[in-house]
Amino acid sequence: MSPVLSGVLQLLALIAALALSYRPLGDYMARVYSSEKHLRAEKLIYRTIGADPDAGMRWPAYLRGILAFSAVGVLFLYLLQRIQGILPDSLSLGFTAISPDQAFNTAASFVANTNWQSYSGEQAMGHAVQTLGLAVQNFVSAAVGMAVAVALVRGFARSRTGELGNFWADLVRGTVRILIPLSVIGAIVLVACGAIQNFSGIHEIGRLTGGTQQVNGGAVASQEVIKELGTNGGGYFNANSAHPFENPNAFSNLFEIFLILVIPFALTRTFGKLVGNVRQGYAILAAMGVIWLGFTALMMWTEYAHHGPALQAAGGAMEGKEQRFGVGASAIFATTTTLTSTGAVDSFHSSFTGLGGGLTLLSMMLGEIAPGGVGSGLYGMLVMAIIAVFIAGLMVGRTPEYLGKKIGTREIKLAACYILITPTLVLGFTALSMALSSPPESILNVKGNSVDGSGAHGFSEVLYAFTSGANNNGSAFAGLNANTPWYNTTIGLAMLLGRFLPMVFVLALAGSLAEQTPVPETAGTLRTEKPLFAGLLVGAILIITGLTYFPALALGPMAEGLS
Amino acid sequence: MSTTTPVRTPSEEDVQPQGSPESGRVSGGLFDPAQLLKSLPDAFRKLDPRVMVKAPVMFVVLIGSVVTTVLALKDPGSWFGWAITVWLWLTVLFANLAEAVAEGRGKAQADTLRKAKTDTVARRLNGDTEESVPGTELRVGDLVVCEAGDIIPGDGDVVEGVASVDESAITGESAPVIRESGGDRSAVTGGTKVLSDRIVIKITTKPGETFIDRMINLVEGAARQKTPNEIALNILLASLTIVFLLAVITLQPFAIYAGAEQSMIILAALLVCLIPTTIGALLSAIGIAGMDRLVQRNVLAMSGRAVEAAGDVSTLLLDKTGTITYGNRQAAEFVPVKGTMAAEVADAAQLSSLADETPEGRSIVVLAKEKYGLRERHEGELVGAEWIPFTAQTRMSGVDVDGRKVRKGATGSVIAWVEEQGGRVAEDARKLTDDISQAGGTPLLVALEDDKGARVLGVIHLKDVVKEGMRERFDELRAMGIKTVMITGDNPLTAKAIAEEAGVDDFLAEATPEDKMALIKREQAGGKLVAMTGDGTNDAPALAQADVGVAMNTGTSAAKEAGNMVDLDSNPTKLIEIVEIGKQLLITRGALTTFSIANDVAKYFAIIPAMFAVAYPGLDKLNIMSLTSPESAILSAVIFNALIIVALVPLALKGVRYRPMSADAMLRRNLLIYGLGGLISPFIGIKIIDMLISLIPGIG
Repeated sequence: MSPVLSGVLQLLALIAALALSYRPLGDYMARVYSSEKHLRAEKLIYRTIGADPDAGMRWPAYLRGILAFSAVGVLFLYLLQRIQGILPDSLSLGFTAISPDQAFNTAASFVANTNWQSYSGEQAMGHAVQTLGLAVQNFVSAAVGMAVAVALVRGFARSRTGELGNFWADLVRGTVRILIPLSVIGAIVLVACGAIQNFSGIHEIGRLTGGTQQVNGGAVASQEVIKELGTNGGGYFNANSAHPFENPNAFSNLFEIFLILVIPFALTRTFGKLVGNVRQGYAILAAMGVIWLGFTALMMWTEYAHHGPALQAAGGAMEGKEQRFGVGASAIFATTTTLTSTGAVDSFHSSFTGLGGGLTLLSMMLGEIAPGGVGSGLYGMLVMAIIAVFIAGLMVGRTPEYLGKKIGTREIKLAACYILITPTLVLGFTALSMALSSPPESILNVKGNSVDGSGAHGFSEVLYAFTSGANNNGSAFAGLNANTPWYNTTIGLAMLLGRFLPMVFVLALAGSLAEQTPVPETAGTLRTEKPLFAGLLVGAILIITGLTYFPALALGPMAEGLS
Repeated sequence: MSTTTPVRTPSEEDVQPQGSPESGRVSGGLFDPAQLLKSLPDAFRKLDPRVMVKAPVMFVVLIGSVVTTVLALKDPGSWFGWAITVWLWLTVLFANLAEAVAEGRGKAQADTLRKAKTDTVARRLNGDTEESVPGTELRVGDLVVCEAGDIIPGDGDVVEGVASVDESAITGESAPVIRESGGDRSAVTGGTKVLSDRIVIKITTKPGETFIDRMINLVEGAARQKTPNEIALNILLASLTIVFLLAVITLQPFAIYAGAEQSMIILAALLVCLIPTTIGALLSAIGIAGMDRLVQRNVLAMSGRAVEAAGDVSTLLLDKTGTITYGNRQAAEFVPVKGTMAAEVADAAQLSSLADETPEGRSIVVLAKEKYGLRERHEGELVGAEWIPFTAQTRMSGVDVDGRKVRKGATGSVIAWVEEQGGRVAEDARKLTDDISQAGGTPLLVALEDDKGARVLGVIHLKDVVKEGMRERFDELRAMGIKTVMITGDNPLTAKAIAEEAGVDDFLAEATPEDKMALIKREQAGGKLVAMTGDGTNDAPALAQADVGVAMNTGTSAAKEAGNMVDLDSNPTKLIEIVEIGKQLLITRGALTTFSIANDVAKYFAIIPAMFAVAYPGLDKLNIMSLTSPESAILSAVIFNALIIVALVPLALKGVRYRPMSADAMLRRNLLIYGLGGLISPFIGIKIIDMLISLIPGIG
């Protein structure tokens, strides 16, 4: 079988699996978030944390819940890393305390659902931190994202009320009823494929080429599954999903891609169900799907079509890719992980072709909305839909409205603030890093010492780091030494601000929408469930993102890829 | 409920639904290029930063122009710096010009109005004596006397007398109107002229706040406030401006790292090209022009908000009389009873109506002529005829001639007459009259007494005639998602019949002002926006409650106060046009915003390779327009950016062509023209400008 055919067949199998799970999972999640009943385990949790799960919250209360919960998360994770040296399991395995700036960076990273890692997993973090700290945040940070998405959807679905539901109930349900059951199933599949799941120590083994190497054990499969399912991306091992203990074979690779995409896509069904019109959900799904498929196709094309005799003999650009996955599956993984705020990698984006690397950057710059992170993808896409409705909606001769809610001054103000945040963080921090004297020293591919000798690749390294951080992706463009106080601090800030500031505006928007009286749909209303609107939405996203980042992309990946 | 009673005879304008379908619908006024020149001084005056700061996008361009000017002065030898500077200033100037032209059209109208506002001398009543005071000294509650030839000194209500008034100063309509005390025709407007008789007016408005003062403010744009949607759009444009500002500012460190540091002039040029200058420059002109389009149709909107709301209206309340029907009953058909010919009925009906001067009577004669070719006979033609005119008491008219007695009239009266003459009433006569009543018409019986005795010949079907083209109009409105509700004082049966014939979606029969109010509130509770017209004092609460309340100029001052628009022609059909103008305003805004943003793509392809192809030769592949040189590429983009504003001024003033159609069709069409067109046209435009520039010696 030719490599191209194998790539295409894997893509088709993936789409089929996603299509099969779309309705049942989407409908199930809609039931979870609208059910009146509490499970016994959930009641226990509510009693422990002292929350009333039936109290309706207005948006400021909902936001306070999120911020308080996340602040505690950051603090706990920070302390856990700082005291790693005295934790019992670490003592025996020789793990030491993490430095303050790196501990802050890591804590921010995992609470912000980013999982940017400026450390090397197996060398820095012991079982306690990995399992009690990082894995827990993998679940709850994902559940926070879903809660915000559901709150925004409720803003559309409800009227003449300011109440958006209860944050604690949404958080607990998302974890207990959605993420944990799916993770159990997923972990079993991964273990069956050969991923490891133990608490064993460090093994010293002989190498084929002579000498020895150390290999860690760990609860890898359980962490691997939520890493993908919760669009987190932080690997147990430094090599992430390219490591055979995390991602043993071609099937597990495809399964992990499926895990990344399954919730973000299915949430559009949940959205349709909750607003009482599944076709509205299909339109959002279509916009997400078109971008995802289009980018995947482009990525496969640029990686397969790469010039040069060595690359042609290998069937494409194989540098930085695993033999057991090949070009096709690596391209699908790379597009998926960057379009979903996951950041897990099964191949090295820095080694992709110039344009391929540019595509991973552009994927993140779209704002992680196609299909995006769990929850954050849906609310990000809905905010873009509001912008698209506002511009195009005027062209049908009515003041803009979406799902029966008017997009007025207040709504557009909040949506505009939302879309300003990530470009400000990405471009601002990148510009600072380039302008100051010491941060550029972290760049590996400096002028005269890089692939093409230009320095464009080195600029991409920095641009990628902040794009990844501010968009809560977490993947890295190898080459940049990000474990410096400057990058740990700035990327840490970018991750926190890139995660929680948008939530402020999304929840305020949800509150504002929920208060409105819905406008009935007439023949004069912009039909947002039609393909025309989905196409318009895709166009608006591509043009707005493209215009924002075109100069930066031109000086990085385009300068490299077009030369 | 009150209905409009036009004093002047219905002209062609009133009879035809305004703006018949084949004409360009709500096309705007003509755009005269000479206006550009005339408005130039105003455009310069608007360069004041205190004025410019209100339009954030253009304010950024102004700052950019100042910066490039300073840089050009520092390096006076560089033609490129000067060229960019000049075109940036032109960009600002063109934006101001667009606004000035839009305002200029209102100014002309304001001047005409000012002439009407010449200082008048009022004859104030002080007890029984009259005193002469300047019009400006009148206070609310003062009583003033006006006689033939006097200019009415202020807004007020007639409290005594009746007069004919020339209101052409405001409405442009020269036919005089009747104003009388009491009722719904008591309001008079300052600046209009009494043509006959004497009236006493109670002043209701302070000087300086009169209708004519407000009109002047409105058409001049002095009272113009940004509408909610315009504010929201401004916010979006401001945030896009911030994004592009960020993209340009952060570009310099990236460029330095790449070894291609850029001059401030180039960065300013890039910024101005990227920020949405096209829509930013035309936004306020679009709003002013929208109000102006209403003024040209003799509608005064008291706020821009109302014009915007008109585009969103989903329920139209239309008065039956005057809007949907001509307002008087007309003969539509002659129905014979069994054993009689229709022509026989027509002949008798015509004969018996010759002495009937009521509109109904005239319409019978007209129908007989049109349908049966019966020549109208004059009273003098029939020798020895004894005419029996129609009176309210007999409710019959007719003629006795040649031994024949012909009668026509209300069912009861004619039956009584036939029986009195010893005749018989045909059995099916009663059924025929009932059928006509059922169908919402009014039946009149025709009877004859001759040598065969007295008998009923047939029935005349009188009905309220629906204006031509109304059904098509309502179908269009339905396609636009607007529900029409007919309001009438008729009984439900009649109302239903007319509603069906006219094709309205719903009707409110035997409507009282309370019913109307309740209907509006019900619709609004469901999230709908309601538009209505009204003229009576009892319409005032409903006019105030409606989202778009159009008061007729013939109406009372209470109604005019309550509504947010006044129709100087007092033509209720115009409500439909107002909705279309509202929609057109919003479409124009959306279309130009889309166009403006889509334009940016091409500008990047012109400027980025020009900036960086030296550092990274690969980027020259982005120069897909193959522009001559980096300088000409950047300059071409800046020139295109400035010229497109001037090119779009006529569109902004006239508004995007609008035809009623479904939202889907409209979106597809506008996206194709302004989205795709906006994407492609700058590639062509910039290329052409570049080709022209390269012809200039020393540049190419």
